[in-house]
Amino acid sequence: MVLHIRTMADYLAKGEMPEYLFWVGCAGSFDDRQKKVTRAFCEILQKAEISYAVLGTEESCTGDPARRTGNEFLFQMQAMTNIEVLNMYQVKKIVTACPHCFNTLKNEYPSLGGTYEVIHHTELLAQLLKEGKIEIAEEREEIAFHDSCYLGRGNGIYEAPREIISELQKDLKELKSCRTKGLCCGAGGAQVFKEPEPGAMDVQVKRTEEIIESGVKKVAIACPFCMVMIQDGLNKTGHDKDIQVVDLAELVQKAMK
Amino acid sequence: MTYFFQFLFIALLASMSYLIAMRFKGILATIRLSQPIQLSDQPAERWKRVFLLAFGQKKMFQKPFVGFMHFLIYIGFILINAEILEIILDGILGTHRLFAPFLGTLYPLLLNFFELLAGGVFLACLVFFARRGIFKVQRLQSENHSELKGFPIKDAYTILIVECVLMTALWTMNAADAVLQSRGVEHYHEVGSFIVSENLIPFLDSYSSEALYLLERIAWWFHIAGILGFALYVTYSKHLHIFFAFPAAYYSSLKSSAIIPSLDSVTHEVKLMLGQPASSEAAPTNLRFGAKDVMDLNWKNLLDAYSCTECGRCTDQCPANQTGKSLSPRKIMMDTRDRLEEVGVILSKNKGQFVDDGKSLLDKISGEELRACTTCQACVEACPMELSPLNIILELRRYQIMEMSDAPAAWNSMFSNIETNQAPWKFNPSDRMNWAKS
Repeated sequence: MVLHIRTMADYLAKGEMPEYLFWVGCAGSFDDRQKKVTRAFCEILQKAEISYAVLGTEESCTGDPARRTGNEFLFQMQAMTNIEVLNMYQVKKIVTACPHCFNTLKNEYPSLGGTYEVIHHTELLAQLLKEGKIEIAEEREEIAFHDSCYLGRGNGIYEAPREIISELQKDLKELKSCRTKGLCCGAGGAQVFKEPEPGAMDVQVKRTEEIIESGVKKVAIACPFCMVMIQDGLNKTGHDKDIQVVDLAELVQKAMK
Repeated sequence: MTYFFQFLFIALLASMSYLIAMRFKGILATIRLSQPIQLSDQPAERWKRVFLLAFGQKKMFQKPFVGFMHFLIYIGFILINAEILEIILDGILGTHRLFAPFLGTLYPLLLNFFELLAGGVFLACLVFFARRGIFKVQRLQSENHSELKGFPIKDAYTILIVECVLMTALWTMNAADAVLQSRGVEHYHEVGSFIVSENLIPFLDSYSSEALYLLERIAWWFHIAGILGFALYVTYSKHLHIFFAFPAAYYSSLKSSAIIPSLDSVTHEVKLMLGQPASSEAAPTNLRFGAKDVMDLNWKNLLDAYSCTECGRCTDQCPANQTGKSLSPRKIMMDTRDRLEEVGVILSKNKGQFVDDGKSLLDKISGEELRACTTCQACVEACPMELSPLNIILELRRYQIMEMSDAPAAWNSMFSNIETNQAPWKFNPSDRMNWAKS
């Protein structure tokens, strides 16, 4: 599919306003694996005829990793700069494929003057599937879902990802630690940006062991950092050939007619 | 003679009440040193939490068996306290079973009920004892969790033993009483024997009335003095949660545990730097960024530390702890409490003024522990009272990063990448939309 991607500046130049701003995020913009997820999500939006725009080069890190290390200065610098841009474009609705961007934009920007309706891409995808806006070709397979901390515990989004899997007529295999008890992939709190502290094993390996134990051939995630960590866990345990990690957007895009 | 015992009882009650009140005063004084936080919005929602989390123990029932056992102790504690009222009044007035004539047939019914509750408490304590000592529930073992070594583990067993001993005293008192009643001894109202303690009667029947009178009195005094002593002990113990669970539930955060609240002092500075209008109200009064010591934390953090009963559900769920890192959320709570107790001693020695002792909370918690946190919020979710070790960790991290500049090199690179490239990695910001090129 040829993607037609417009920026907020493009819309503004024509005096138009898209329904959604798609906040791509740093991983979605720069990480080679996650870029595929970004494109998959754009394909779905385009197919479902959702009007959306991206910020392009005007987008900047939300500041989430800085805030979680304790660097409140850097976070607020990022937040206030971003809020200026978002407010300048009079953004109302934001959709993002990153639970960290999602949490920060939704929950942490309001107290600094940036209030938007923010949804995670799994919520939008579940809605589009339920409304029948995306036609799918059934392909039954067993699939596990790894709950992201900032989606599940942080924002109570447990159902949307599972609805996507059931709408796609796939069989969900729950992992041993799931939902409120979902085990972290080990990336959060800016862990992904440094070496782990000394310990017996890596968090991602522990999480991956549960995935291997479950016997699935495919595990769905909904976070670019979970993607990195789970893939790393599979590589380290030698299961990178037999277990595939996919974002839910990729799962939908693949099933899309 | 009765006057002497009345006097003795009043003296005991008054002195213990005074000591307990002073302890609570000391505890509140340490909490008052803390930073402000607004947590009184939505009272209806907050009361709901008190009923669900504290009275209803909703989250305890996520482990149904343990939840039920805990409920037995809890309900026993609350309801048996109704009987303590009679015991205290008897002690002051020199009466015996003051309420019996007023309650009539209801009295034996109530006491039977209390005896059964006491049985529930006894049973649950035995089960908890077994879980710690025989079945070796992992999160409760000091071999696996160094923060439990020493006082905390002794504290846990002390509580269980004292509760069993107190219940035994209650039954002994009632059994001796029943025998004395049946012999028509003066002062012993005809209220009958009770469901649990009547099983002890065969052991007592052969003793003289004088001996049984002595036993009944000793058990009575032991029971009430034990309860008063235990109430004072509780203020030094992890068992303090029996009081603080209620305010902790009321003031628990109604917001998502994923939210890190803005630091107003930083907002003020950042606005000045960006040339935005900054309100003078937000001008920082506390010039320390983040927390080095307990007084830099907010009062809810400190209330949390006093409310924690060291069950270790947080540590059990912590991904860092599960993978052998040094971080244990329970240790964070215990260290905070330990530091508060130290600060309390300083306050009482200096007429309520804090005098710098050259120590701080960060002496107890290492940078390595703080850096191991993935902020996954599993600890907050696991806590039956929704206490937040995470909040404390994040405030300490702020101090560690902003005041001590103590960040691993990789984090410093990440910071400078965000500053210069608007992304945590070193990519050219003008390439940000290259993903769109097919």
